[in-house]
Amino acid sequence: MTVLVDLLRRLGALCRKELLAILKDPANRVILIVPVIVQSLLFGYAATYDLTDVPYAVLDQSRGGASTGLLARLDGTGVFRRVANLHAQPQIAAVIDAREALLVLQFGADFERRLALGEAAPLQVILDGRNSTTAGQAAAHVGAIVADYNAALAGHARPPLIVEARAWYNPNLETRWNILPGLIAALSMLQTLMLSALSVAREREQGTFDQLLVTPLTPLEIMVGKAIPPILIGLVQSSLILLVALYWFGIPMAGSVLTLYAGLLMFTVASVGIGLSISALSATMQQAMLYTFVLMMPLMLLSGLATPVRNMPDALQVATLANPLRHAIDLVQRVYLEGAALSALWHDLLPLAITAAITLPLAAWLFRHRLA
Amino acid sequence: MSAAGFARRLASLVRKETRQLLRDRANLMIGIGLPIVLILIFGYGLSLDVRNAPVVVVLDDTSPTAHDVLAGLALSPYLSPQVVPTLREARRRMADREVDALVHVPADFSRRLAAGEAQVQVLLQGADASRATIVRGYVAGALGQWARRQADRAGAADGASGTVEVVERIWFNAANTSTWYLVPGLIVLIMTLVGAFLTALVMAREWERGTLEALFVTPVRPTEILLAKIVPYFVVGLIGLTLCLVAARVLFDVPLHGSLLVLLLASMLYLLVALGIGLVISSVTRNQFLASQVALIASFLPALMLSGFLFDLRNVPFLVRAVGAVLPATYFMELIKSLFLTGNHWPLIARNCAILAGYAVVLLGLARAVTRKRLD
Repeated sequence: MTVLVDLLRRLGALCRKELLAILKDPANRVILIVPVIVQSLLFGYAATYDLTDVPYAVLDQSRGGASTGLLARLDGTGVFRRVANLHAQPQIAAVIDAREALLVLQFGADFERRLALGEAAPLQVILDGRNSTTAGQAAAHVGAIVADYNAALAGHARPPLIVEARAWYNPNLETRWNILPGLIAALSMLQTLMLSALSVAREREQGTFDQLLVTPLTPLEIMVGKAIPPILIGLVQSSLILLVALYWFGIPMAGSVLTLYAGLLMFTVASVGIGLSISALSATMQQAMLYTFVLMMPLMLLSGLATPVRNMPDALQVATLANPLRHAIDLVQRVYLEGAALSALWHDLLPLAITAAITLPLAAWLFRHRLA
Repeated sequence: MSAAGFARRLASLVRKETRQLLRDRANLMIGIGLPIVLILIFGYGLSLDVRNAPVVVVLDDTSPTAHDVLAGLALSPYLSPQVVPTLREARRRMADREVDALVHVPADFSRRLAAGEAQVQVLLQGADASRATIVRGYVAGALGQWARRQADRAGAADGASGTVEVVERIWFNAANTSTWYLVPGLIVLIMTLVGAFLTALVMAREWERGTLEALFVTPVRPTEILLAKIVPYFVVGLIGLTLCLVAARVLFDVPLHGSLLVLLLASMLYLLVALGIGLVISSVTRNQFLASQVALIASFLPALMLSGFLFDLRNVPFLVRAVGAVLPATYFMELIKSLFLTGNHWPLIARNCAILAGYAVVLLGLARAVTRKRLD
């Protein structure tokens, strides 16, 4: 019993010292709280693949009722915005080059006549492909409007086939709905990893780590004492982003808060484990920072946050299984959007637990056995 | 006399900085190793294009017409449809995220199609909204075309009405792949990384360790200290740029329609801007941890998220666009994509280069102003 109390007292003292070291500088306090909130707001608004405004130009060489009817449908969507009426072919290049229009619709001189004859009348759609995603979406949108128009031409009161699409988990298919839950994991990882990576490196650089090693604390206890403060900070940061997602953007949460935090705790422990291993490996703070950064970039990019994992080549998809951030993002999205229960999340929790089980003891071992 | 002294002092400072840079492998990892990794990830790994999206089809109607819907979906190069016997099985696959969409053909499909009022239900895996939106477009397009062919076959006799046929042409991206716009954008990221992140640490480290005070008692001037910090990192940045350019042309066949010279000059200009940002952060914070965090938050993440690299700024609210418009990375991003994919569009080149030059002057001037030979 006394052994346990003693252990807790020692750990408590070390945690307290670590928290003080991090939080005593007012600039540090600001940098741990404010950017997370600002970023979740900014990225929440910026991270969207949803097309809301398509500026377009028209080159109408037919000048008939048919093209006007089609254009009226386009303008009626509220998404397409006509910025110019062109008169000659060379003007197309000008408006697209200058990024004034995302697409140009060109009606040939015989458009009206062909339609009247019951033939297929070509409508040229010229798209700015500098962003292939945006171009593809705009093209699909035009295609759908033309299909409606064709159905109306054929005299159907309604199209012969109605496609009734409904989306699960995200009824309006807003990108924000899956970016923000992803940010709950990604943004907090950025700083927890850096904090834990610096904690041992700073002491090494300042020479205080040797003092810590000669105290009655065992390396395992040092590891635990060093791990707890960044874990706490990471969870606080995740909570801040969660609040922004829930109350600022009003994204409804389908799952339970308890499940979410259980998953986040597992993830934060794993990333702190990685951070401490880096920290134990590096001799100076600068090295620790640079190593963290070199690791952080691929982890972020291959996590499925910005681009879907399923679009990656197969070999890389397998490699992402070793990425704790990928599992964390998947986990948070499942709990948040789909309301998954803990029992349905084992394939995300297990890799996180394995990462933690490898990196944390490794860090403790490296404290004493670092290769000079 | 003073010019000779300046050159001599600068040369020895540059030598010192270069040695410091080369001595630490971690620096070279960021400056050269990371660009290579990023090029490979962006070029081969990341893609925003949807191809062969798995779709499950449930046919409650056993007629040949309903079965033909499957063939209609299979015609699309973007979808790979697959029939499953029960709706329950299909829903399980959706829940496990094995497939992107579920197409449900109801039992009375062919009967109602004959009456001209058929319905097909499409369920989308919305957990990835952008992908779901694209898949919805492809599914709806494939079904629409199928229906039209069906109608043509049925009613070829009764006076055909004309149809509008969309002919698509995609400019500047003939291959229609996201690699073409991701790889040029990567140059911006790497320049930002080398410029802002690496240099943010160098001045802060000297302040933290007190070695800057040691430099102050020597005859060197603050301008010389700053210049000496800029030169080695400028060279590292140019190596990163060269790697990117070679990779873009050789590995990924991204066309370079604009002039290589303009591209190089503009990149150097942006590199100066990034170095300026790094030095200002470094001199203001005077603390390595803070400097690294600020560099990350103020330069790198916005360059990734707000510059138009991944997300098209046309779709975002005004306020966010305004934040993007303050970032130098946005102008460089616009310029470099235009140089690669469009060609020399001189008004754009002149405007964006002028803006970048302005930023470079202001930021480097600011760094010079903050670095004084003074102890607090």
